[in-house]
Amino acid sequence: MSATTSEPTSGTKMDSGEEIGALATIRLGMLYSPELREGLGWTLVLAVIASCGQIVVPIAVQQTLDKGLDGPGGPRFDYVAWMGVLAAFAIVVTSVASYAMTSRLFTTSEHGLATLRTKAFRHVHDLPLLTQNTERRGALVSRVTSDVDQVSQFLVFGGLIFIVSIGQMLVATVLMLVYSWELAAVVWLCFAPLFLSIRWFQKKLSAAYTVVRQQVGVLLGAISEPVVGAAVVRTYGVEDRTQRRIDTAIQDWQDAYTHAQTYTVTSFSLGGLSAGLANAGVIIVGILLGFTSDMTPGRVLAFAFLVTLFVGPVQMGTQILTDAQNAIASWRRVLGILETPADLVDPGADGETLPRGPIDVRFDHVGFAYPAGPPVLRDIDLTIEAGTRVAIVGETGSGKSTFAKLLTRLMDPTEGSVLLDGIDVRRIDARSLRRSVVLVPQEGFLFDDTIAANVRYGRLGASEDEIRASALELGIDDWLSGLPRGLHTPVGQRGESLSAGERQLVALLRAHLADPDLLVLDEATSAVDPALEMQIGRALERLMQSRTSVTIAHRLSTAESADEVIVVDKGRVVQRGPHAELVTQAGSVYSGLHASWTAQHSHA
Amino acid sequence: MGKDAELRGTTTLDGFRVLWVGVRREPKVFTVATLGAVLFGVLTVADAWVLGWSTQHVLIPAFDNGEIGTDMLVWVFALFMAVAILRAAGIVARRLGGGIMYYRMQSHTRRAVTRQYLALPMEWHQRHPTGQLLSNAYSDVEAAWSPIMPLPMALGTVVMMAIAVVQMFLADTVLAFVGLLVFPAVVAANLLYQHYSSPLMTRAQGLRAEVSEIAHESFDGAMVVKTLGRETEETDRFGAKARELRDVNIRAGRIRAVFDPALASLPGLGVLVVLAVGVARVTSGATEAGDVVTVAYLLTIVSFPIRAIGWLLGEFPRSVVGYRRAKAVLDARGSMEWGDAELPRTEQGALLQLEDLHYSYDADSPLLRGVDFDVRPGRTVALVGPTASGKSTLTSLMTRLVDPDSGTVRVDGRDVTELRKGQLSESVSLVPQTAFMFDDTVRDNVTLGADVTDDEVWAALRTAQADGFVAALPGGLDSLLGERGTSLSGGQRQRLSLARALVRRPRLLILDDATSAVDPEVEARILASLRDDVDGSAASLVVVAYRKATISLADEVVHLDEGRVVGRGTHAELLASSPAYAQLVNAYEVDGTPLASSTGVDAEGTTR
Repeated sequence: MSATTSEPTSGTKMDSGEEIGALATIRLGMLYSPELREGLGWTLVLAVIASCGQIVVPIAVQQTLDKGLDGPGGPRFDYVAWMGVLAAFAIVVTSVASYAMTSRLFTTSEHGLATLRTKAFRHVHDLPLLTQNTERRGALVSRVTSDVDQVSQFLVFGGLIFIVSIGQMLVATVLMLVYSWELAAVVWLCFAPLFLSIRWFQKKLSAAYTVVRQQVGVLLGAISEPVVGAAVVRTYGVEDRTQRRIDTAIQDWQDAYTHAQTYTVTSFSLGGLSAGLANAGVIIVGILLGFTSDMTPGRVLAFAFLVTLFVGPVQMGTQILTDAQNAIASWRRVLGILETPADLVDPGADGETLPRGPIDVRFDHVGFAYPAGPPVLRDIDLTIEAGTRVAIVGETGSGKSTFAKLLTRLMDPTEGSVLLDGIDVRRIDARSLRRSVVLVPQEGFLFDDTIAANVRYGRLGASEDEIRASALELGIDDWLSGLPRGLHTPVGQRGESLSAGERQLVALLRAHLADPDLLVLDEATSAVDPALEMQIGRALERLMQSRTSVTIAHRLSTAESADEVIVVDKGRVVQRGPHAELVTQAGSVYSGLHASWTAQHSHA
Repeated sequence: MGKDAELRGTTTLDGFRVLWVGVRREPKVFTVATLGAVLFGVLTVADAWVLGWSTQHVLIPAFDNGEIGTDMLVWVFALFMAVAILRAAGIVARRLGGGIMYYRMQSHTRRAVTRQYLALPMEWHQRHPTGQLLSNAYSDVEAAWSPIMPLPMALGTVVMMAIAVVQMFLADTVLAFVGLLVFPAVVAANLLYQHYSSPLMTRAQGLRAEVSEIAHESFDGAMVVKTLGRETEETDRFGAKARELRDVNIRAGRIRAVFDPALASLPGLGVLVVLAVGVARVTSGATEAGDVVTVAYLLTIVSFPIRAIGWLLGEFPRSVVGYRRAKAVLDARGSMEWGDAELPRTEQGALLQLEDLHYSYDADSPLLRGVDFDVRPGRTVALVGPTASGKSTLTSLMTRLVDPDSGTVRVDGRDVTELRKGQLSESVSLVPQTAFMFDDTVRDNVTLGADVTDDEVWAALRTAQADGFVAALPGGLDSLLGERGTSLSGGQRQRLSLARALVRRPRLLILDDATSAVDPEVEARILASLRDDVDGSAASLVVVAYRKATISLADEVVHLDEGRVVGRGTHAELLASSPAYAQLVNAYEVDGTPLASSTGVDAEGTTR
């Protein structure tokens, strides 16, 4: 990586999704998870049945008490019996409908979210490395894990119940209007402040939960320091300082959550106050109406009962609305990933396929600059013949690593084009490109598995014999058989059970198994001892005979054994030719590099 | 089945035990939240009483008399509002209290867990995967205390149920007994629900962790996945787990779909039974119609909150698992023992002595088998050996990141295990192979809180050849590096890591191949200025190195192979006396001739 890549300018930033509106979020969510729409109509019908049933029962009970039991003529058996049958029937229907609704909801939403999760995961891998790096790893992971879980909670328990609550509110309102429009108006008036404040609360909650999210990220980062940086913290004796940073993060996290909770609680208790106001209002206005109209005590009491039917769903609805802020925010973040453009578009099956055999590389007036950054490469125009071994050298920050990234299409050039076998890399099917072109980076990442499993990333289904044969060809079979469990040695998290040099050996073996036609090495043997490096170097040389290879060389010993050396300086190719030729060009960049190399390696 | 039930029984009991830990830790907040919940419960019942009072004393008389005093209307209003306000206060106390207690308990545990992470020895860290430790400190803690949120509500419900039961008995004993059947039925249904769902919940929790681990690893290895074109395979790996989680969630959901309506309809059924019995009793004159109304009404209002108990119990399996995992960290023993000896306060380089050090990660293949050598004050020693010969482990022993299986490390004649904690890190600095950066500014990454001036920071950066790129950063020393310094290149991170060591002016500086990602030219400049710097302060220096320029800087070379010191002396002496050594360090030369000779011209003949 060159110095210029380090500018925290970064290309496309990961879309936080924050600017997507609540309804737009739901619409977009449905688009990415089409399963959510499936059978939604029937589920809604079931929901309506279930919610109607829930109103029928209390009404039947109230009617029974009012007319069947307490009626003017004493208890009426038949009335009670009929109402009992009706209520029992309603309970059965409600239960069945509710069961069907809930299990349908679980099925569709879990299917939809599993799809969303997997799509988002895939999309992260399709994003350019640069974009991936704009977000903390932990935060990125939580977007495909806990954020999706939040949405699941909302979809199953929130969304539909909210619609049902509104339905119940409307039914209750209609019933209230039938009993007395004046009293219905009183009730709505009492709840008006709550309804009017909902938007305000939503905004506040949305902001509060954004802070919560950020603090969770900071907290996760702080927690990871004593774990990931355990050695540094100990060697520098900075335990106290690390703990202080964690304690601050913990406190800020706690404050953020408490702040958000304050709004939730306030909005919820406001619902209780409105209910009290409505109850008092109904009795008082009912009495006053009694003096001027045909209002009776029975009707006032019946109305008071209707108010409770109204209050339940209102409180449920406000609760869901406030809880939904968190869920919608989570949904936004997941969708934000999918809305982040994958700059490197894979033409897929429509793309061209590279023929097998050594690849011919051409840089056609290529320029590259990071967004809002200075040019890293300028007007690179060169051809690398198929089957040649080329070394690219240059000082730190000269742009040589960018070269490798453009060649392997980890990034696309901002000007000109990179052609492999005469085909623009942007038009090559990614599968074909990855099959034929392999990059071995400086810090080879290993997965927490055995060595065998890791090298199989290079060739799926490679047999152990094939792997051993490959190791033999590379000349690292001694090392491999010297390991206590050979190929089955677990490498630990990120390969940390192996030394840096051993990790590079595994990465190399992995690349060798991949059998590429164009191999790009970014100083892939920097951490192994010189004897082993030279041994591998010689093996690689043999292996590269039928392929094209480009090595980003930090050590000039690599350059010396290449067919050709390309010297990059300040984003331009300044010299090109075999080592022996370049080194004689006195005063050139290469001779400078060479002098400092020999000063180090020939014995002082 | 019997064992299963027993297990479930323990879970419920353990769940209460975990809660008890929380209650004892935050008794005040717990009390406030519970009182709030009780207040809420009492006032929910009182609501019915106010309605009854208003009906009897205001509504009926008003309609009967055709008039009513304003004062009575004010009373109605005042009573309803008083109940509403008090109930709102109850809600605030309950929910805010519950929330605050929940957050505080998480904070307490996280502070304790992270303190353990800092206190436990490196050897413990090596045995535990990073991902596990991160989830122990975050999601496990969250799960452990999750029942705190519904706890006050559940306790309030118990009080509410008690009041309702008393009132029902006051109204009519027989009806009360009938109504009372509802409560055990609800509890039984809840227990049954838990019996079926908690194994699924536990499984889902485990799968969630697995999904998260795959995502973490896959995103960490994004570069490998991309360059080898393994996106589809990775997505399949992730998708398979996501689908497994989905299926478990759906199964748990179906069970919930059965129990939810069952739980919801139980009070309704109870009311129906009460009515049926009630009508019979009213007809036979055994009870008043009003009493039937009271019992039915009480059942209705208690029916909903009763489910809070179910929510509480439902969190238990998750909570117990989370608590156990976090507790395992808290109970971990084996902190490094420190003595109380101090190192001399001088500017002099330190004396390092290694005596018969043995160390193995795996008992079958010991890594170090009796390493002896010393570094005298102010001297520079190069540690040379083939890949995986134990050089890095040796540097960990020198800085007491780990203790040897046997043997002694001495600094200034003191066994490092006798030193007071913090003494060693004041005098000895290690620059590791892989540089770790904090998510902080350049300045703070260099100082790590040490009391040094910006001039000193710049001086250290200059020595590490990092002043150039730091000056070019938009914020200079104040530039933020981002998580693990991902905005920097490997070489840049290594140079900052070096500056971090230099700024502390250590008396013993250990470089573990600390410039491997730096270009040779830049490295040469670092070594040159390091030499000046080290000479100036007379610090002792241990370098793990391959490059001859680095090696030749050393006063002495220690050649390590197969876990032993196989050669000591100057570079020239070893070259002459040890063929193995010569082969190792001369690899860049062919037949004794440097591949790239200093004249360059005669390289022509040998290379092509």
